[in-house]
Amino acid sequence: MSERSSLRLAVLGVLILSLLVTMVGRLFFLQVVSADVYTQKASDNRIREVVTPATRGLILDQLGRPLVANKTSLVVSVDRTEVASQKDKGTAVLTRLAKALGTTYTALSYKLELCGKTAHAKPPICWNGSPYQPIPVAKDITQDLALTIMEKRSDYPGVTAGLEAIREFPSPFGVNAAHILGYLGPVTDNELAAQKAARAAGGQTATESLLRRTDLIGRAGLESQYDDALRGTPGIKQLAVDQAAAVVGTVGETQPTPGDYLVTNIDARLQSVVETQLQDAILRARSQTDKNSGKHYKGDSGAAVVLDVTNGHVLAMASYPSYDPGVWTGGISAKEYTSLTAPVSNYPLISRAMQGQFVPASTFKIVSASAALQHGYTANQIYNCPSFVMVGNRKFSNFEGEAPGPVDLAKGLAVSCDTMWYQIAYDMWLRDGGNTPIARPLDPIEKMAKSYGYGRTTGIDLPSESRGRVGGRSFKTALNAQLHDAWCVRAKTGYPEIATTDPRRANTLKAYAVENCATGGLFRGGDSVNLAIGQGDTVVTPLQVATAYAALANGGTIWQPQVAKGLIGTNGKVVKIFKPKKTGTLPVSQANLAFLRSAFSQVTSKPYGTGYNPFKGFPLAQIPVAAKTGTGQASNGQQSTSWFSTFAPANNPKYAVVMMVSQGGTGAGTSAPSVRKIYEAIYGITGSTIDPAKSVLAGGAPATKLPTVRSDGTPVYPGMPSTASKAKPAATATASATAPATASPKPSSTSSGFLALPVLLGGGLVGRRARRRRRPAGAGFRLWSP
Amino acid sequence: MTLAYPTSIGRRRASSSYFRRLDWFVVLAALALSVIGSLLVWSATQGKLVEQGLDPQSYLKKHLINLVIGVGLALVLSRFDYRLLRAYTPILWVLSILGLMFVLVAGARINGAKAWIPLPAGFSIQPAEFAKLAIILGMAMLLSEKRDAEDEPRDVDVLSALAVAAVPITLIMLQPDLGTVMVIACVVFGIVAVSGARTRWLLGILAGGALVAFVAIQVGLLKQYQLDRLTAFTNPDANSRTTGFNTQQARIAIGSGGLFGTGLFNGPQTQGRFVPENQTDFVYSVAGEELGFVGAVAIVALLGVLLWRAVHIAMRASDLFGRLVASGIAVWIAFQAFENIGMNLGIMPVTGVPLPFVSYGGTSMFASWMAVGLLLNVHLRARE
Repeated sequence: MSERSSLRLAVLGVLILSLLVTMVGRLFFLQVVSADVYTQKASDNRIREVVTPATRGLILDQLGRPLVANKTSLVVSVDRTEVASQKDKGTAVLTRLAKALGTTYTALSYKLELCGKTAHAKPPICWNGSPYQPIPVAKDITQDLALTIMEKRSDYPGVTAGLEAIREFPSPFGVNAAHILGYLGPVTDNELAAQKAARAAGGQTATESLLRRTDLIGRAGLESQYDDALRGTPGIKQLAVDQAAAVVGTVGETQPTPGDYLVTNIDARLQSVVETQLQDAILRARSQTDKNSGKHYKGDSGAAVVLDVTNGHVLAMASYPSYDPGVWTGGISAKEYTSLTAPVSNYPLISRAMQGQFVPASTFKIVSASAALQHGYTANQIYNCPSFVMVGNRKFSNFEGEAPGPVDLAKGLAVSCDTMWYQIAYDMWLRDGGNTPIARPLDPIEKMAKSYGYGRTTGIDLPSESRGRVGGRSFKTALNAQLHDAWCVRAKTGYPEIATTDPRRANTLKAYAVENCATGGLFRGGDSVNLAIGQGDTVVTPLQVATAYAALANGGTIWQPQVAKGLIGTNGKVVKIFKPKKTGTLPVSQANLAFLRSAFSQVTSKPYGTGYNPFKGFPLAQIPVAAKTGTGQASNGQQSTSWFSTFAPANNPKYAVVMMVSQGGTGAGTSAPSVRKIYEAIYGITGSTIDPAKSVLAGGAPATKLPTVRSDGTPVYPGMPSTASKAKPAATATASATAPATASPKPSSTSSGFLALPVLLGGGLVGRRARRRRRPAGAGFRLWSP
Repeated sequence: MTLAYPTSIGRRRASSSYFRRLDWFVVLAALALSVIGSLLVWSATQGKLVEQGLDPQSYLKKHLINLVIGVGLALVLSRFDYRLLRAYTPILWVLSILGLMFVLVAGARINGAKAWIPLPAGFSIQPAEFAKLAIILGMAMLLSEKRDAEDEPRDVDVLSALAVAAVPITLIMLQPDLGTVMVIACVVFGIVAVSGARTRWLLGILAGGALVAFVAIQVGLLKQYQLDRLTAFTNPDANSRTTGFNTQQARIAIGSGGLFGTGLFNGPQTQGRFVPENQTDFVYSVAGEELGFVGAVAIVALLGVLLWRAVHIAMRASDLFGRLVASGIAVWIAFQAFENIGMNLGIMPVTGVPLPFVSYGGTSMFASWMAVGLLLNVHLRARE
């Protein structure tokens, strides 16, 4: 044999050795270096978590009446992954399902689209949750349809039907309260990722607030604000499964912990009255003719707030237009969503009470009067109230040019004289240096406004509150910093694009730009007088007004408005009581506050008071009502804003009631009568007689204690249904408790797994797509069948 | 020259000291691998069989029967003088060609390839396994034909040897069984190399192989699933549902085994049947998970012993034929083991070749043990 042969054989031996060494090296990497990684992967592989959702806590009114409860509903869900994997991308199945549901294929397919993937896939019609989670497409379907879907598996691959716990709005006394209560939406991938990141950073450690793919979370209102407390902790059953996803054993199990009950300060009966009265006020506005435009008032929106002035409790809060909070349950349809968001709907999702910003008009005089009194203007001084005052070269008039003659401060407030405030404000402005301001201007009104809480959020325990704006010196400075450069450019170039169509307007705008470029940051005399009567750049929310009036009423404390009263566990034990939170103190002497309370009570008690007529016949002797009308002139050609801001009893205040109707006319004409009705309801007044027993508030006053929740989770409240079985909203979400009542299967039904279904649908299977795809249709039931 | 002479010499020698002169390293390594393989097959299959209500040891039993047959075949093969075997090589080659043709016509299709001839009682035969032996013997015969201990083989010898290999390769490609083709290609290359053929032949084979592979892909001779299998290993996490799934699961099984493994019958990946085909192609994953790094390395080490002995036997062979046979077997077992284990470890494409001695499967077991028989045979007649 040749040398070459032997040499090559030796090389061959070396090559073989290198193959062996390669294998050992790779083995070392896999089994020694990366063992932990693969051990984890192996355990992920074989452990499936079945999530039993926690029953979400109820939201109760202050007496324990459920405002938001749970019920079970037959819900149809579509697994988009499974449907998409079908040959025709699920067209046939979805067409069949759409027909069965009485909708169209297009409408149905929109619901299955992931948000942001296509042009029309906008939240919340599109699916904002996890793509691997079955998507609910129809709720409250009939039992027959549910059984059809479950039995004809071959007709409906990827479609499931079953019981699911959904939110229910019992609506005691017809209350709506949508803006307070809020709604739920599926958790998004972004939120899960954010949570993961936060946990990685060591930020969030509380396990009870952990989000899971299957979770619905609060998207607005109390549902969002108190989501962590309401949501509870889902039960997790860890099942060991084999390759075919067949269960081979249980590794671990935790029971779900239901969410706590949120007791609110809202009184359902009062809330109902306030909502009705707000609606009445709006209808009243629409029946009146605007003298300026000659048309009926539009009364496009409105709000009303009732606070307990002694602690900031929100007893009622209404906003118009509103919506049915139930439309969000189980997914909203495109049609429903359009009706909530289209301009023609006037944006019912916005809470006018805390998100709407309006010129406060004369209701702002609470601020001006406080500022004046604290800065040397006295109550007994006599002020001129001419029909107009010239400030610079501009004419500032009284409302509708009235001229009541000389008035003292109290009467000036009662008749709502504007011109006296022009003089006072102008005077203050001059003291601050006028157009050449002194180094540290006093700005009494602006500072007082901020002390009253204007220009910042009240801190109410509801999300997305507006802060409003105080149109004072600092606002002008900030605005100038922002716009000065733009003004100066326009001062040079003008507005050629407008000049071609409207040369006059272009000129006006250019003059304005020139002036602002030179002195845009200047707080002018005109600004100061506008500020004093709540016109111009100042905007407020009705809730801010109510908070301010409550502070005047209670002796100078700004309480943070509080919707939540406490949390009660489903076992009846009190988890938490929300204590009143003080966020400020008015820099006004008690004497001055007392004077103002009595001055504002003249608005309703004196014949010259702007609120006198609406309160004729009201037992003011026993229950003096301090009030201030407001008729805001909106600058953008809109009709005037009607305000009526009050507290009572003026001599020992307990409630602050504020109502506002946008484009609603005068405060006295539109809002005041409704506010009176609210007081009548609170005090049990019929005509002029007071009967505390007729008060809408149980015992004639807001509840001081938390309501009782029985150890089985049943809230106890006046007028509750006597049969225990019916009044058991606490347990409704647990499938086993209510499944037989809601969906007892036909005796002949072949779907023995039907009762086990809620666990499937509600719980969801947290598994990898790979697993699910490999499972034949329907095989998933192996997991849940008893 | 009579046929009787070498036979009688062999007989005489064997009868006196056959067992003493056996290469016990080879025997014991192959036996150890087979025993470990039996345990692994048992562990991999018993759960499934219990669930199906079958005898949980039925795979084990069949495997052991295969093993006994294989060892018997090895004993028989080792006793013949391999030089006598040369005469039967053409017959063996023709038989394997017929088998490969038969399987194309009447074979059972499993996992996309027509590679099995079903037999009664659940047995089946994979002619391609025997073809490997036939090719080794045929090529060795042609390349060593006329010039033992002379210089390099003539071009005509190399050409005819390649032709001998080309026919079964073509038939196996038609099944298609890409993995076996790859193994045979390596064997062909190895035998030609060790035969001492001129280097340009080796370069030519490399170039030819590359060309064939390129053309096969271009004209679509390779099916998409084959390409997918081949490319899946480069990115096994990308598509866990399809081709990457097996390798991914196998790797999880092996990785989670750690240093000492979970213990036989205790691997969650194995017992949960997350790794498909884990009694055949992915049997090594069972070793990785249940026997750990220690067990997995032991298998490699036993293969190492076997291959060391094979190369050693080739070195010491009394003639070029014996050397080529032993070298061919060494390349065969080495590359097939590397292909199989590498696929389990995610460093080689998924090609569906069994792990010699270890994987469940009768033909593979027979062929592996016949290879052992040939090695022993060459060893028994080695130069002193």
